[in-house]
Amino acid sequence: MNRVKTALRTPWFWAIVGIALLLLINSIKNPAYLAVSVNPTTGMLTGNVLDILRVSAPIIMIALGMTFVIATGGIDLSVGSMMAVGGAVAMETLSNLEGSSPVGAMLTAIGLALALAIVLGAINGFLVSVVGLQPFITTLIMMLAARGIARVITGGQNTNATNEPFRLLANGQILGIPTSFVLAIAIVVLIALAMRRTALGLMIESIGINPHASRLAGIRPKPILLGVYVLSAALAAVGGLFSVSEVMTVSVGGTGNLMELDAILAVVIGGTSLAGGKFSIVGSTVGALLIATLNKTVLFLGIPAAATPAFKALVIIVLVLLQSERVRSWFVSRAKSPRLPSPPPTPSAEQGTSVTKEVVA
Amino acid sequence: MSSSRTLTEAVPPVPNLPESRNTPGAARLARLWERNQTLIPTLAALVLLFGMLIYAEVAYGRVFHAGTMSSLLISFAPTIILAVGMTIVIVSGGIDLSVGAVVAFTSVAGVMLMNIGINGWVSMALMILFGALFGAIAGVMIQYFNVQPFIATLAMMFLARGLASMLSTTPVQAADDSPIHLLATDWKIIDGPKVNDLTITPGLIIAVLVVLGGMFFLHRSRSGRTVYAIGGNESSAGLMGLPVARTRVGIYIISGALAGLAAIVYTAEVGGKAQNVTGIGWELDAIAAVVIGGTLLTGGYGYILGSVVGVFVLAALRLIITKDGTINPEYLTIITGAVLLVFVLLQRVLTRRRAS
Repeated sequence: MNRVKTALRTPWFWAIVGIALLLLINSIKNPAYLAVSVNPTTGMLTGNVLDILRVSAPIIMIALGMTFVIATGGIDLSVGSMMAVGGAVAMETLSNLEGSSPVGAMLTAIGLALALAIVLGAINGFLVSVVGLQPFITTLIMMLAARGIARVITGGQNTNATNEPFRLLANGQILGIPTSFVLAIAIVVLIALAMRRTALGLMIESIGINPHASRLAGIRPKPILLGVYVLSAALAAVGGLFSVSEVMTVSVGGTGNLMELDAILAVVIGGTSLAGGKFSIVGSTVGALLIATLNKTVLFLGIPAAATPAFKALVIIVLVLLQSERVRSWFVSRAKSPRLPSPPPTPSAEQGTSVTKEVVA
Repeated sequence: MSSSRTLTEAVPPVPNLPESRNTPGAARLARLWERNQTLIPTLAALVLLFGMLIYAEVAYGRVFHAGTMSSLLISFAPTIILAVGMTIVIVSGGIDLSVGAVVAFTSVAGVMLMNIGINGWVSMALMILFGALFGAIAGVMIQYFNVQPFIATLAMMFLARGLASMLSTTPVQAADDSPIHLLATDWKIIDGPKVNDLTITPGLIIAVLVVLGGMFFLHRSRSGRTVYAIGGNESSAGLMGLPVARTRVGIYIISGALAGLAAIVYTAEVGGKAQNVTGIGWELDAIAAVVIGGTLLTGGYGYILGSVVGVFVLAALRLIITKDGTINPEYLTIITGAVLLVFVLLQRVLTRRRAS
């Protein structure tokens, strides 16, 4: 009984319910939606579920990075552009190295993409942690600049390339599951181990709760903050690699466009408060899966893909409203007092301080 | 002995304040310095603007030209309108990321309304109303549900963009007899020889009126003072008895309504064509203009005219890049980002000095 109660309280439990509901809607429209079959020409498994897993890989990557940034009380609006940078570097490198050994070319492309993303992430981190700029304005500028950098790298063109091993990153399968999804989950597990088996995750959360207090407790916030933004940028670049390897072309305007909200949405669905101070890696991953399912469902129902942001916006509006204290106190004290006190009393001190901190910061 | 010791111990915490108050000259000087300090970024923007314009004139010629100037002003009229709204929002300590998407939604919706036979002027009024509605939702979320402004307006951005795409993913065109075209009529003020005409459009006049109205609202009206008070310190504004809630929701309504107005001016300018992809990145232009113009992103300081200067800086930047031709247009966003970063850093240096 208790276990059921905790499951109901876990935010990502509801995300799983959401995924199930969306899959149910699709199955009602087409009963064969969940079917998985073997493609006779390639001998690989095909099916809508596998498609969802494949397209969720980039979202899982940006959501994972965003989780830690949001846990420190920050935000990274540049992840979408960072995906474009990663994809642009990879495609440009691959098309220049078309004659040489495919595996070598692939490794060079991945290495260069990661290197540039790490440099850009370090700039974000430096401006936030050392200079003390607001995260959202820093990363907003980076969102602008990185999109421009992606354009400069490809000369404004949508570059495509051929490289078989790189193409298999998204289109290959390991035991019938898309390679990119397997890799994404492997990265999630590795980072989750690093965060939870060491004190790193705890330090990130303590910075999110109160940077001043955590400094007094002997945690140095600057290198951790810097690291969080570097990690976010690097993971976004990996997401960009997954996303371009699917079609083997980078669209400098389209790759990762408007994906910032996907990342934020996944994190919020996963139960991480936007005010910072705690994170759930499993939650963000499940959140990313929900978004991928939502994307596919909207397409499957015949609604133009360009309209999906509206659905996501509705989901995020509902979620942030549910997170707000006013709505919580409605649920808690509806019976007690019908009238709301205008400045809501802070039931949880942590929530209250972090809200004021956001206003000041 | 012990009493004198407590006296000297009691004095130090207070002295700075009364001392400067006792010498009015020094206080006035300090206040003057304080005021001028907030003007430094705006002055820097002005210097940058004239430097860029003079450089462009020397390097490419035909910049200080009635024709060039008027076409520049007309094409940046929507940005000016957005920047006025954004200034008010940022002075209150908020941000509105939805303006570009609201422009897209209102223009597509407005043109479609015109095409189904609703009177053009009524459609235009509805466009402003739709914009105000997006602002109202964002404002209520921010004020009453403690949602951070950038999250609330980011959600509005996605909602507006998605709804615009639901209405139509292909461009829609207003009929030739629609009154919206009247807003783009060229009025020749000075008939220069051939290309050197000074022309203005009703759209530009609307932008000028919005600037004047914004200046009156923010710098002269009581609500404007409340906006500054909210941006300076929300809780003390509330304790002073200022109508924080009403004003804050109003700020976002104004910003949304101005986005609707900018959509009208822009749609008129491009010949009555509206598209769901219009206005991508316009919120960044508006924010950049506001920041370059000297408004603090943390709120509490800022001038409408500064933001207009900021729009002109962006316009001059684009002018130089297009006139030059050797600079790839791909670099435009990087350069805009770099200029924005420099001004944010300048603000940071100034606010840090003021804080210490």
